[in-house]
Amino acid sequence: MRLLIKHTTRYDYSAPVPYGVQQIRLSPKPTRGQVVRDWKITVEGGQQQVVFDDHHRNHVILFSFEPEVTQLVVRAEGIVEMSDTAGVVGVHQGLAPLWLFQKPTEHTRAGKGCRELVRMVEGDSDLEKLHDLSTRVHGAIAYETGKSEIAWSAEDALAAGHGVCQDHAHVFIACARAMGLPARYVSGYLRMDGQDEQSATHAWAEAHVDGLGWVGFDVSNAISPDTRYVRVATGLDYTEAAPIVGHRYGLAEERMDVSLRVTQQQ
Amino acid sequence: MSRLRPMETPSAASLVPENRAKRLILVHFMGAKAAKPRGFILWSENSIARAVTQRKHQIMDMFDEMHGHDGAVRRPYKTFDGWLSQEDAGRLRAKQREAEDLFRLTGITFNVYGRSEAEERLIPFDIIPRIIDGREWQRLERGIEQRVRAINAFLHDIYHRQEILRAGRVPREMIANNEAFLPQMIGVMPPGGIYTHITGIDLVRTGPDEFFVLEDNARTPSGVSYMLENRETMLRMFPELFSKTRVRPVSDYPRNLRRSLAASAPEGCDGTPTVAVLTPGIFNSAYYEHAFLADKMGVELVEGHDLRVVEGRVAMRTTRGYRPIDVLYRRVDDDFLDPLNFNPESALGVPGIMDVYRAGGITIANAPGTGISDDKAIYSYMPEIVEFYTGERPILQNVPTWRCSEKESLDYVLANLSDLVVKEVHGSGGYGMLIGPAASKKELKEFERKLRARPSNYIAQPTLSLSTVPVFTKAGLAPRHVDLRPFVLMSKDGIQVTPGGLTRVAMKKGSLVVNSSQGGGTKDTWVLED
Repeated sequence: MRLLIKHTTRYDYSAPVPYGVQQIRLSPKPTRGQVVRDWKITVEGGQQQVVFDDHHRNHVILFSFEPEVTQLVVRAEGIVEMSDTAGVVGVHQGLAPLWLFQKPTEHTRAGKGCRELVRMVEGDSDLEKLHDLSTRVHGAIAYETGKSEIAWSAEDALAAGHGVCQDHAHVFIACARAMGLPARYVSGYLRMDGQDEQSATHAWAEAHVDGLGWVGFDVSNAISPDTRYVRVATGLDYTEAAPIVGHRYGLAEERMDVSLRVTQQQ
Repeated sequence: MSRLRPMETPSAASLVPENRAKRLILVHFMGAKAAKPRGFILWSENSIARAVTQRKHQIMDMFDEMHGHDGAVRRPYKTFDGWLSQEDAGRLRAKQREAEDLFRLTGITFNVYGRSEAEERLIPFDIIPRIIDGREWQRLERGIEQRVRAINAFLHDIYHRQEILRAGRVPREMIANNEAFLPQMIGVMPPGGIYTHITGIDLVRTGPDEFFVLEDNARTPSGVSYMLENRETMLRMFPELFSKTRVRPVSDYPRNLRRSLAASAPEGCDGTPTVAVLTPGIFNSAYYEHAFLADKMGVELVEGHDLRVVEGRVAMRTTRGYRPIDVLYRRVDDDFLDPLNFNPESALGVPGIMDVYRAGGITIANAPGTGISDDKAIYSYMPEIVEFYTGERPILQNVPTWRCSEKESLDYVLANLSDLVVKEVHGSGGYGMLIGPAASKKELKEFERKLRARPSNYIAQPTLSLSTVPVFTKAGLAPRHVDLRPFVLMSKDGIQVTPGGLTRVAMKKGSLVVNSSQGGGTKDTWVLED
């Protein structure tokens, strides 16, 4: 299956920005079952500074703001060819040791709520337990947009009882790590069935299972990722896999608009 | 003409008993590596002394570096002693005052932390040099070189294949649970493979041939400006001494530093590399040193807000636009270095500098993440680390350290608790520490319980009897405890150990506190040619 992706992020500033930089993680990762045919990232209002692969092997581009801009438009577009792997990403690659993915982060620290979930988890194998965990997290946190905050931790989301894909992923990761399994955050694109316009980029989780390697879990949709899921960036939590993070000078306020089209080409 | 010598010092009788009464307790704060002036704190309170004497502990002889154990002047000090015995006490007193005035004029002061307002204070300087002969130094130098080479190799390994963990020589948890491990450095190859461009190795001495490494400083070791100023002052005040004695110079340190930094410029840098010093600013306790070094090296002193990412490089604002920097000698801690990649609240850093670094566009000295090598938890593994990477036995000893995670060590520690200093592995600033000889029965019991509950959380060290060097007092010479921080430069061209380093001295009688923020002073350190 070929997916045609057009992703535009537009930032409007209430006043000219004297200086700033943005780190962009918007290049689909080399992944089993995922071949990038064509990919291009452009930034209007910014200048490309450096590119590098980070410690999660994400392809990163650093842009700086052009002086005194009031608008910045980041466009990522291209074609990715997908084939089904039943959610299995495979053996761990790169220098980051697996134990790194067992360490809690601020967003994924298991507290009372996560530990309670973990206690309920059932299954004969790690894989079964992870599937059960995914179901339980799905049940514990209702998917509701516009009511959660980007800075929420796993425990915050559990306490609130609602959240978005980011929160689902964080809770799943926190619990998997509490179970002693390496887990990580994935940001990427999802083509929702029967619709070309997507409301936002997506996020899910991966856990490392002996014998299989990394396996994906999309808690929000209660499935394992298939050919509709394009892996873009991974990290210990949202902060490391976020599509765009920036730091800017000045006091301007920022408004962000995202438009995302994922269309299927046969 | 009053003669100086036979005051407090030379006889063993006057030296040893004073110190015998006081068992010396080594209280070493290795954890708080951040901005605070660090070092170690050594303790010898009367209360401790009493406790110890009451317990009839084995008495350790104090070693004085000038007068040995027996009061006879040791070889390295012979010429100096000859000179000193001819000197007029009044003249020396005047010189001591003159030295203090000089320092005040130079403005070499530091801020004392922990006060509501940063208070500028002069670090006391003592005119009696600390003298090490060429032969003694050679062994130290080889040991320091070996250690620094091992530290650099360890850092490369930890941020790449982690062979030492795979080999089981350092337990994984020591790294995995360590805040100083910087994931952003995984897979990053610093220019020339150099992580520790500048290292300070803190040494203490307990006898003629007994040196111990108290701690390694692989982040941003400070104090080198004092070393340089001390020598300059001594040269100015006692030029005749330097014509009698062949003392190895240290004044070329800034030139060597600059050369060493330039040699670590990123690949593809042609022409003379541009070096700059990054300071947190004038409110930092070591600001004087940052300005001093930039000035002596003839390079720019910059702050985070002077720098931007321009054309793929980190560049500094100049009158003629932005100029790219090849090597940044940063005196800003990792966490504050880059608000985009690390602490977003930091106003001291340069957003995106890590990205430029990872793309190979700048050298950061020292490399980010070096803290994992000088951490308290790692320290006890340094002998293993040296052997693993150099294939040699360590030349320099660690202070013996019992890791309570190991059953035999735990048994020993529990059996000898009242003789030992017990520290939390990940603790800092002296919290959660037991000073055995000074502890009450209740405290000992309490720690015994803690140790049994979580043995892996603790290490233990013996108390050490630190060497002394005389200082000049109103009453004449008096022995005071010292440590030594040699500074080590590393580039792909090799390792250079500055002959000598910074000697810190506890100015109060019997005190083991050499930390500048705790009233410690400094001395000029001489390494003799042969």
